[in-house]
Amino acid sequence: MLGFILRRLLIIIPMALLVVSVTWALIRIAPGSFYSNEKTLPPAIEANIKRKYGLDKPWYQQYFLMISNVVRGDFGDSLKYQGESVNDIIKRHLPYSATIGALAYLVALMVGLSAGIVASIRQNSGFDYGSMATAMLGLSVPNFVLGPILVLVFALGVYWLPPARWGGMSNLILPVLTLAAIYMAYIARLTRAGMLEVMRSDYIRTARAKGLSETSVLLRHGIRGGLIPVVSYTGPALAGLLAGTVVVEKVFAIPGLGNIFIQSVLNRDEPLTLGIVAFLSILIMVFNLIVDISYGILDPRIRYD
Amino acid sequence: MDKNGSILSVNDLKTYFQTEDGMVKAVDGISFKLEKGETLGIVGESGSGKSVTNLSVMRLIPEPPGKIVGGEIIFDGVDVRKLSIDEVRKIRGRRIAMIFQDPMTSLNPFLKISTQLMEVTRLHLGHTKEQAYQHAIKMLKTVGIPDPESRINNYPHEFSGGMRQRVMIAMALSCDPELLIADEPTTALDVTIQAQILELIKDLKARMGTSVILITHDLGVVAGMTEKIIVMYAGKVFEQARTKELFASPANPYTKGLLKSVPDPAHEQGKELYQIPGLPPDVAHLPVGCPFQERCYRVEDICRREFPPFVQINEGHHSLCHFAKEVYAESNATTLEEQI
Repeated sequence: MLGFILRRLLIIIPMALLVVSVTWALIRIAPGSFYSNEKTLPPAIEANIKRKYGLDKPWYQQYFLMISNVVRGDFGDSLKYQGESVNDIIKRHLPYSATIGALAYLVALMVGLSAGIVASIRQNSGFDYGSMATAMLGLSVPNFVLGPILVLVFALGVYWLPPARWGGMSNLILPVLTLAAIYMAYIARLTRAGMLEVMRSDYIRTARAKGLSETSVLLRHGIRGGLIPVVSYTGPALAGLLAGTVVVEKVFAIPGLGNIFIQSVLNRDEPLTLGIVAFLSILIMVFNLIVDISYGILDPRIRYD
Repeated sequence: MDKNGSILSVNDLKTYFQTEDGMVKAVDGISFKLEKGETLGIVGESGSGKSVTNLSVMRLIPEPPGKIVGGEIIFDGVDVRKLSIDEVRKIRGRRIAMIFQDPMTSLNPFLKISTQLMEVTRLHLGHTKEQAYQHAIKMLKTVGIPDPESRINNYPHEFSGGMRQRVMIAMALSCDPELLIADEPTTALDVTIQAQILELIKDLKARMGTSVILITHDLGVVAGMTEKIIVMYAGKVFEQARTKELFASPANPYTKGLLKSVPDPAHEQGKELYQIPGLPPDVAHLPVGCPFQERCYRVEDICRREFPPFVQINEGHHSLCHFAKEVYAESNATTLEEQI
């Protein structure tokens, strides 16, 4: 088990470097650069700046310089935000995204699990059809459509909630809902399917034959097996959640990591883009590792070796 | 126990399933009696309604699509059908226990053996954690699991198939039930293990005085274990007799076919094994007349027109056939080899 975790942690390093390298290459291949905008600098000044950032060297030297900086955990300074290090920028904007993301997944889990379990117990009931139809809707409507609709109704229609920006609890409701919708829907459907399958299995019949009440059958015997699909989905879901915040932060004008990420790409702010990409890729790999470890806790048949 | 000493008496039980293909009469008018301490064998091919009969006794039929639509299930003088589900739960696992066919899937793979064993006695016998734990170890010892003190903390996947079935038996017998229903307890096991498990059930039955219903499609299994046998086909009882009589003089062509299909290495070496021609019928679309007509070696016109009567051959021996008496006479006149 410990060996497994150690191996998986070690493999994150080359993976992250690969992701950073590909991103770096993509930025370089794309036409234009940070300095190519309508405001042209005098050639001497531009040459000076480029020398400062090492941009006058041949590309392979720049690449190795970049890699050696990344390995040391130092992404350098942002090109756009003068004198601010990439690490500081990430640190400053991460809490916004983390708050929205964590709340959204929590809401998605709570609503999705309860809806899925109830739908599976009352299969083919009105609740089952109703919740699954809603879930289908939630899956089909993209968050950049759902967000503005929620704003139209709850902020500009009935004036219950603020339409955008960071602030108190009320500012959180709409972005969290927008972000959570699709995961809520997916988790509800996964839970329902998983529970239906497990509750038909032989060991559930055994549990019933022992005289256990339907509640103990469900909670002691059913739920663990039924939730395994939800756990496997958590890995990709958390990754998607990070991507989702990019859109939601844009829609609700929240100064989170996603918003900064888009800005950095549009600004051709190479160090900042690379820093965020490296950070997010490591985060996703750590999430996946946590998911794999929790499998083993849920299902004793899974061995790590 | 009612006056005549029956622990279980099933009368005209009907369990139907609503499917897209129409109404499936999985069990259609089954009656039998089980005396205290007796072992009853229920045999038949897959889909003949053996398991559904016994799941009905435990009220474990998934509903919908299934439903017990008629009949009585009198367990110790009380009609199980009339009880509330809470009262049925007090019987399940406490007074009637079940062992299932596949020990690989019948134990919960996510829970330790100890948890699964302890929850029965804690529920029904009001054991404390410690009592339940000691009782579980005792039960594992009873069913012949070596080193139960350490094995009790294992998960099901750490046991072999035979050992898992022993755990199932230990679980079923932990509350000392009056009736044990064993639904094909050896089908999923190796032949050598089969013999061990059957021997174990036989031994425990003798020691604990439990009544047993043994469901199987293997006539060899029931021969040495049971006092009475019911032969089921297409949801009906085709023949019912004491075990000795059924093997010596079967009064139904279907029973004869089943008996002849049992391999006999002593006398039939080199010969092709007999099998009943055709397949069990689709219970949703039974033909008019006898359900066995398509596969019967002595089918006549009347079999295609009229449903056969349940003929009494003698005390405790019945057969569902237009020619029950003739078949019985044949059986007594000749050996099985010469017929069919």
